[in-house]
Amino acid sequence: MNQILEKTIFEYSRPGRVAAAQCPPAADAALVASAKATIPQALQRRDAPLLPQASELDVVRHFTRLSQLNFSIDTNFYPLGSCTMKYNPKACNQYAMLPEFLGRHPLAPASQGQGFLSCMYELQEMLKEVTGMKAVSLNPMAGAHGEFAGVAMIRAYHRSRGDLARNEIIVPEAAHGTNPATATMCGCIVKEIPVDAEGDVDLDALAKVLGPNTAGIMLTNPSTLGVFERKIEQVAKMVHEAGGLLYYDGANLNAILGKVRPGDMGFDVIHMNLHKTFSTPHGGGGPGAGAVGVSARLEPFLPVPVVSREGDHYRWLSEADRPLSIGRLSAFMGNAGVLLRAYVYMRMLGREGMSRVGEFATLNANYLLARLQAAGFDLAYPTRRASHEFIITLKRQAKELNVTAMDVAKRLLDYGFHAPTTYFPLLVPECLLIEPTETESKETLDAFVEAMVAILAEAETDAEKVKGAPYTMPVRRLDDVRAAKQLDLTWKPVDSAA
Amino acid sequence: MSQVPAELKYAKSHEWVRVLSDGRVEIGITDHAQSALGDLVFVDIPEVGRELAAGEACAVVESVKAASDVYTPIAGRVVESNAELATAPEQVNQDCYGSGWLLRLEPASADELAGLLSAEAYTELLAAQGN
Amino acid sequence: MPFIPHTDSDIESMLATIGATSVDALFDEIPQSLRVAGLEGIPLGLSEMEIGRLMSERARVDGRPLSFLGAGAYEHHIPSAVWAITTRGEYYSAYTPYQAEASQGTLQMIYEYQTMISSLTGMQVSNASLYDGGSAVAEAALMAVRAHRKSKSLRVIIPTTVNPNYRRVAESTAGNQGLRFETVPCERTAGVIDFAALQAFAGEDIAALVIQQPNFFGQLEDIDRLTDWAHEAGMLVIAVVNPTSLALLKPPGEWGERGVDICVGEGQPLGVPLSSGGPYFGFMTTRLEYVRSMPGRIVGRTVDLEGRTGYTLTLQAREQHIRRGKATSNICTNQGLLMTAATIYMSLLGPQGLAAVAETSLARTSELVSALSVLPGMRVAFEGPRFHEAVLVLDRPVAAVLTELERHGILGGVDLSVDYPELGQALLVCATETKTSADITRYASALGHALKAVRAA
Repeated sequence: MNQILEKTIFEYSRPGRVAAAQCPPAADAALVASAKATIPQALQRRDAPLLPQASELDVVRHFTRLSQLNFSIDTNFYPLGSCTMKYNPKACNQYAMLPEFLGRHPLAPASQGQGFLSCMYELQEMLKEVTGMKAVSLNPMAGAHGEFAGVAMIRAYHRSRGDLARNEIIVPEAAHGTNPATATMCGCIVKEIPVDAEGDVDLDALAKVLGPNTAGIMLTNPSTLGVFERKIEQVAKMVHEAGGLLYYDGANLNAILGKVRPGDMGFDVIHMNLHKTFSTPHGGGGPGAGAVGVSARLEPFLPVPVVSREGDHYRWLSEADRPLSIGRLSAFMGNAGVLLRAYVYMRMLGREGMSRVGEFATLNANYLLARLQAAGFDLAYPTRRASHEFIITLKRQAKELNVTAMDVAKRLLDYGFHAPTTYFPLLVPECLLIEPTETESKETLDAFVEAMVAILAEAETDAEKVKGAPYTMPVRRLDDVRAAKQLDLTWKPVDSAA
Repeated sequence: MSQVPAELKYAKSHEWVRVLSDGRVEIGITDHAQSALGDLVFVDIPEVGRELAAGEACAVVESVKAASDVYTPIAGRVVESNAELATAPEQVNQDCYGSGWLLRLEPASADELAGLLSAEAYTELLAAQGN
Repeated sequence: MPFIPHTDSDIESMLATIGATSVDALFDEIPQSLRVAGLEGIPLGLSEMEIGRLMSERARVDGRPLSFLGAGAYEHHIPSAVWAITTRGEYYSAYTPYQAEASQGTLQMIYEYQTMISSLTGMQVSNASLYDGGSAVAEAALMAVRAHRKSKSLRVIIPTTVNPNYRRVAESTAGNQGLRFETVPCERTAGVIDFAALQAFAGEDIAALVIQQPNFFGQLEDIDRLTDWAHEAGMLVIAVVNPTSLALLKPPGEWGERGVDICVGEGQPLGVPLSSGGPYFGFMTTRLEYVRSMPGRIVGRTVDLEGRTGYTLTLQAREQHIRRGKATSNICTNQGLLMTAATIYMSLLGPQGLAAVAETSLARTSELVSALSVLPGMRVAFEGPRFHEAVLVLDRPVAAVLTELERHGILGGVDLSVDYPELGQALLVCATETKTSADITRYASALGHALKAVRAA
């Protein structure tokens, strides 16, 4: 029995139905015909593409109904560790979508964009101040894209000094998967090192891999284990003495915003996830924005374009102004509209609001940690202070009750909470990485604890119930094996007849 | 408890090696490896004729939660790949020591076999790793 | 406190639960020497009313000139419903759909998107989008090298008729992995790939040929001949296309005898505002046989425990969060929200609507070229068929003429003299369905004045 919650848009389609208001006013028919006649038949399309033929109301209803099948920050608590799912203020969206901003062509001259460019320039300046870096480029379009820019700059820096052997990037084993993937994309060799029992970098292991081939190290601080890397100053000293550079993965910048600056910790290059720390929307998987910041010696290598101010005039610096730049990473100016949202957010928070972000993100995480610990959950790093996130491990429950972290995550959906991050970092077995963010209230956190306690009780009395979750979502657990083996990636017209 | 047939040789990276009657060798992944991966959805096997060095990544086994490289325990030239796995990767789960073999090699040297683990030694290795 | 809900009594009771004396005490693991003193460079916070006023003032400075700019970003009418739905919080503030059961809306939308974009490009499978058109070209080059079973070559041919910014992005992205890009010049009569120059590569080991259609100049390439030649030479073919044009033009899946191997492009024309260059989205489609070499997220349809249809991310073992250093790409973000807008845009327009947009744009550009090229000192650079852009050559400095046009509130086109000095004082112009005959007349009249002013100077 195949019950379908919302049929596909293609099944609304009826030949000849057109949302007529959306079509352009008819140009002169003779003009169209003569223009079309200039295109040889061999270059023309024969069959119409499979796009729906639906009314405007069909389309509006369909996509509104689909939206209602989603969890989102606007509807649910979303404690997804390492993703910083905080409230996205509506004002940021509204003021980035003013018609003049939306209508501005990327190749419009700077003289027709002084308003926009002044926002970008000030955003660069604010990001410099809050991170302690010397210069910023807003160009990369996501965190991983910023990582790519960062490692490419590290390579370009070494090359510019004739230091050609440096092609090894050191990555702690707890790092995001993007770190090693980025190093590979930059043509580097990845050297993974372990962390010690308390979650800090293992300095002996670090000393062993450092050498004349070391290009740099990529660190997240606080780390993906939800703790502050206490030996950061030693790590910086060791890496610098070996001739390497330090890369700061800004995924967890929210934890320390306004409290500590990566530049002051000794980092040479950083990326910031504006869609995390500066609250631009995640949009169901993007767009992000991964601005990069650098110390003085890396400034010439920043990706172009960068905004400069000359007197009262703002303009883009391009390849001609920055001959050593690692180049261009997007066809135009990166995710400009996302940058405008981050600008509005930063101006609304202001100087005093920046440090509140780090403070309340940390307060919420430590409160939730204390309550869950009291309720009988095991912490992965019980001796440590949580940063803005922390890890609980369900290894004991998995062994004793046969209920896994994934089961608990799925059951949380039934209680109306999005699941925390599961099975990351990979080195903690049966883990849930929980990040409440500063925008959630004490009542929400309390309700989450109650749900976790209720699920634990269910696991003890009726493990099968937890293992079968979720029950109240649009679908139950999906057959991932079938999805990967019998690939069904596009709708086919015969589907409707079947 | 995973199966470890006594007549095969093993590598620490969880591959098995069988010496065929014509001197060629057959390579696959162990019962422990297939069970740790879960249901396989795709197997990428090497092209016939490829020369492999010992320890070289030569195939990829992919489940919904992981994709792992398979390393050839010994050097040699690929003489046959198990083409049936393209449409039936589940054979690796169902019969990893039989129809789920991955590739056959013409070994570069017979000496390398001696360096591999016996069934007993591999069983000990699994036990030491907590399996 | 903006966006922070805590009352004083909340803070007090939370600290008591934690067993800490103050919020500051929670930072006790951070060395004191590293603490920030102040952030003097950041201005004090603004209320919503104040920031609203500030942003409106800045927007007003930028104004809304009449634009004939194209070159990879195109002004099209965006139906009101597109962004009204896209900015619903359920799409706008959701995360990547890793928890499939709580993300069926986004997942089904992506499945529908994959269907539409695959059909539009005539290919079998699509991913769930990449960053933008430029990065999609770079990813396609990397993918071609990876997917080519018979060649280990790291060389890719990318002719000068491909958008110069795409070529730059490909170089800065893929160059780090050792890819080498070979160029082929354009021939001067029709503004297309110089086929004789291309043939010089016959017999060499090269992974792929990139063909942009319509090309950067708006001219139409002889795609069948190029595709067949490249396949004959053992190369894969990467098509770079404008999605609007595909309502009229032959889809890459049908180019030549076998169709192309990878198709990419800039998705912005499908309902995404110009917005100074982003966020846009890049699309990528390919043959089924290459699906495991494709970067980015992919959604598949499957069933749940009770046999009900559902959607989930699939083939994830290619991706960085599982494969780490061996992933097909480091990409994890896609441009989900923009893809949402594009899916709604394509649904509203349908095949007839999209064809009407393409035909009207084609006609308007033809009208524009006729109106401008008759002015003294102006000529059309290339013969042959084109879509909604054209290159005009002036007998005086383009930059000065464009500056003069700006004074009339008109953005007259893109100055090609920097990227293509061999073309002389060349100007790339574009008219989409958003331009009326009156707009075109206004441009022609202003250009007449500008030409006089520049000559006089």
